[in-house]
Amino acid sequence: MKNPINSLKRFIEQGSDPLGEEMLSELELNRPDADGEALAAPRRSLFSEKPRRPRLIHALYAASSVALCLALIGILLYTVSGLPSFGGADTLADSEVSAFYIENGLKDTGAGNIIAPIILSYRGFDTLGESHVLFIAAVAVMLLLRPAPSDKSALLRAYEYGDDKEEPHDDLILMAGGRVIVPLILMFGVYIILNGNISPGGGFSGGAVIGAGLIMYLSIYGYGPASRFMTLRVYRAVSACALGLYSLFKTYHFVTGFNGIESVFSAGIPGTIFSGGMLLYLNIFVGTVVALTMYALFTLFRKGDF
Amino acid sequence: MEAVNALLLIFILACAVSVSLTKSLLSAVIIFMVQSLAMSVVWILLRAPDLAITEAAVGAGVTSLLMFVALKKIHAVRTVKHEKSDKQP
Repeated sequence: MKNPINSLKRFIEQGSDPLGEEMLSELELNRPDADGEALAAPRRSLFSEKPRRPRLIHALYAASSVALCLALIGILLYTVSGLPSFGGADTLADSEVSAFYIENGLKDTGAGNIIAPIILSYRGFDTLGESHVLFIAAVAVMLLLRPAPSDKSALLRAYEYGDDKEEPHDDLILMAGGRVIVPLILMFGVYIILNGNISPGGGFSGGAVIGAGLIMYLSIYGYGPASRFMTLRVYRAVSACALGLYSLFKTYHFVTGFNGIESVFSAGIPGTIFSGGMLLYLNIFVGTVVALTMYALFTLFRKGDF
Repeated sequence: MEAVNALLLIFILACAVSVSLTKSLLSAVIIFMVQSLAMSVVWILLRAPDLAITEAAVGAGVTSLLMFVALKKIHAVRTVKHEKSDKQP
């Protein structure tokens, strides 16, 4: 049994806040052998009883969640039933906008793929904002996950404890397969981007395909080879350049279009790659930003760094 | 073609339900991936090939990969320890 005066002295010597000290010492003084058991005992009994939700409330909770889910499904289905029917004869009749696009799209822009001028030209402001949102998302992830450049130990930790430790390295089958498949995927992505103005696809789809190909390359060959050509500096420079050029081109487009000035980019012969005015260049810029951002998101989530 | 469309839509619905019912997180992500692939075929049948390309690359590819990474980060996936062989360069 310990002397209560001693424990009181110990509390004072440790110099924690006086109110708590007083209360604790008083507690100990009241109960002479309070050191271990008496203090711990009420706590233990307090924590051994798990807070249990009453059965009725639990049932109500489950029932209300089911009801909420069903209500949401019902609302969504009701909304869908209000949409115009797919491919119906009268569906396009009341939509002047799409009729305008179909009539004037090829004449205005010279692009065989009607989706491309709608996304990049008629509603170009929308896509311009979207590309910036994507870039901002990557920047936000970078801010959150990347250790500070001054924190060398954190950088080392991110490199050392990357989560590829338990993965098979230099897997022969994967590498042999990747040698065939990765170039094909990258080439397909480039094809989609370059042909964005004459065939289905465009900057976003092509960029996503290239990004997936790059991620595949990273997963097969490990972090080493990919980090040789894809560093943070490369990502920053290329993305910022592409976004800046994209904004510049769009600004030119808006200014000339609004003031009725003849654009330098001619419509060209429909069906060739260099048709559709500036659509080809816009597709390339969007594709670059999307591909690099996909890759950056993946590599940031995996290692927290490039 | 109608029959294929209906079959795919039923398959997508089944996938969506089984994602929420499955216990294993890894299987849930894989089912989600399969659902995205089926969805991209539906986009082609709806004559939206550009959406199909995007759905296949983003929905089935990148999103699922990010989810796999997340599962790995929270150690929800059991990994088999591989012995590192020194023969490979």
